[in-house]
Amino acid sequence: MGSNLTIGKAINAGLRRAMETDPKVLVMGEDVGKLGGVFRVTDGLHKDFGADRVIDTPLAESGIIGTAIGLALRGYRPVCEIQFDGFFFPATNQTFTQLAKMRARSGGSVKLPVVLRIPYGGGIGAVEHHSESPEAYFAHTAGLRVVTVANAVDAYWMIQQAITSDDPVVFFEPKRRYYEKADVDTAAAVDSATPMGAARVARPGADATLLAYGPMVKTALQAAEADTDHSIEVVDLRSLSPVDYDTVCASVRRTGRLVIAHEAPLSHGIGAEVAARVTEECFYHLEAPVVRVGGFDTPYPPSRLEEHYLPDLDRVLDGVDRAFAF
Amino acid sequence: MSDTAHEDPELIQLLTPEGELREHPDYPLDLSHEEMRGLYRDLVLVRRIDTEAVALQRVGELGLWASLLGQEAAQVGSGRALRSNDMAFPSYRDHGVAWCRGVDHKALLALYRGVTNGGWDPAEHGFHLYTIVIGTQALHATGYAMGIQRDGAVGEDGSAVITYFGDGATSQGDTNEAFNYAAVNNAPVVFFCQNNQWAISEPLERQSRVPIYRRAAGFGFPGVRLDGNDVFASLAVTRSALQHAREGQGPTLIEAFTYRMGAHTTNDDPTRYRVSAELEEWRLKDPIARLHAFLTREGIADEAFLKGVEAEAEELGESVRRDCRELPEPDPLDIFHEVYAEPHVHIDRQRAEFADYLASFEDAGAEGGR
Repeated sequence: MGSNLTIGKAINAGLRRAMETDPKVLVMGEDVGKLGGVFRVTDGLHKDFGADRVIDTPLAESGIIGTAIGLALRGYRPVCEIQFDGFFFPATNQTFTQLAKMRARSGGSVKLPVVLRIPYGGGIGAVEHHSESPEAYFAHTAGLRVVTVANAVDAYWMIQQAITSDDPVVFFEPKRRYYEKADVDTAAAVDSATPMGAARVARPGADATLLAYGPMVKTALQAAEADTDHSIEVVDLRSLSPVDYDTVCASVRRTGRLVIAHEAPLSHGIGAEVAARVTEECFYHLEAPVVRVGGFDTPYPPSRLEEHYLPDLDRVLDGVDRAFAF
Repeated sequence: MSDTAHEDPELIQLLTPEGELREHPDYPLDLSHEEMRGLYRDLVLVRRIDTEAVALQRVGELGLWASLLGQEAAQVGSGRALRSNDMAFPSYRDHGVAWCRGVDHKALLALYRGVTNGGWDPAEHGFHLYTIVIGTQALHATGYAMGIQRDGAVGEDGSAVITYFGDGATSQGDTNEAFNYAAVNNAPVVFFCQNNQWAISEPLERQSRVPIYRRAAGFGFPGVRLDGNDVFASLAVTRSALQHAREGQGPTLIEAFTYRMGAHTTNDDPTRYRVSAELEEWRLKDPIARLHAFLTREGIADEAFLKGVEAEAEELGESVRRDCRELPEPDPLDIFHEVYAEPHVHIDRQRAEFADYLASFEDAGAEGGR
């Protein structure tokens, strides 16, 4: 059964299916109940699954993650919604010192199947702290898995894979792409989907690899389309920790060039990590240094300036040009 | 401040520092003589583990130790109030509760020796791992209690949760968030604050402008203060609060008013920030001495029993010393152990590379060295 779904609706459908499949799955966060979340991603779940499974929490992010840890220790699988990226920070302590480390500390005797859903990234004209890309903090923290989606098909499947994972998973939702649509086969078997940890060649090409994830995948595909002089392969990273270097390096070995585009500040980011590893693994296949295109190493600017901050089609194409000009 | 606080008329005390029994209308003491003797044995043995561990740290066998000296009654009393299907979320000084939950002293020593960051299976003991970052465990306890509610495990024979923290932790956001989450969810959790008067060098008046137990009222649940050096009060009040929780009546904050006789940890030097008169004042309230006085005066404990406990303590002390030194060194590859439940390519790769690196030394050794 195919459904034409937005990314937001696909996550909603994925949550619903996970809750129907496993009574231990809970949804919790601020405003996730009757309101259905500020982006309506949990719309209708409260009505159908009740307040015990769709928990409207007090307005306290550390409390959301801290109590989710306790619920997980009791055998539940909580899916926490953090309302906006910049509101995650009050919960950093519970996430980094507790959620991420507790399994290792217990020698494997506890598991923490907690999902943190975080709408992230800019481009929606929001006020301060509503447009950030904090994914590198999470990817740098051992014990967490970090994933993000770029289309409705992945949104539907990966949220379910994140929920069934016995590890804590940070699930970044590209909020400016919530309304992008795709056909999703919602009746297919769960194991037919691409694994959560795998990168995906979103568009094959021969001359350069353009790597992106989350909200930047659409821009990368547009750039590949726009560059009629070269054949650009677009790789959607999908999993930010761990990174599927097999797929990334195989692509770079085919094309000889790598351009990485993300919204997050450039320095110390996911792009830096991938560039370093690819250089180690594929040094003799590279025709040019790895090029990165990203946000600036500044606080996210006021929204009237965000079009300059976010790497757009032209800046991505400029990055591609640099790779070919070397 | 501590003097006036200690004279609080609401301080629940069943056994005076002189070892005399007092009745309290809300907390009847319902203990057999055998149970009383059992509590005495617990206090003595727990103190012995602590004394030995401090000594082991001094000779370099432990990297650190957080002493419970002075807090034995608060921990043993509340720990013995727990049933096997209850769950405890401790801080890092709760060796007396660990004792009551059947956690072997070797596991505690392993943690402070640096052999492990955990040491025991929380589910097996109904006793979660020690938590170093202050106050985090109060939220874990509250979430766990919310899980009990969802399991329908509330009722006369249901389960309850207890979490332990100090006076310093009541300044943390997480502890206050836990109070609020527990209150709005009516969660079956008991917050057990061991107010030992000092958060490292910061006295109670730097943590709170009001007595800690009165904070509960602002969150909408009962708060009580008990004499934390009185094992009977600790047991009776905690038992009542746990029953209140498991029957669906929500959380309670218990403030056990006590004193940390030793340093914060073995790295600390309390002579820099507190006066010896304070120590002497609290020495007169020693939890073991007062129970000893009561048990002997009432003829509940005879010489044979006391000598038996003393012999047991000697034996335990010896095994603590021996067991600590015999703890096996961890394997270097344990670094990679159970970071994730499912395979993780970065870690798998680093483990393999590090294993090869380590093996290269063995090969070099086999070949007669470099």
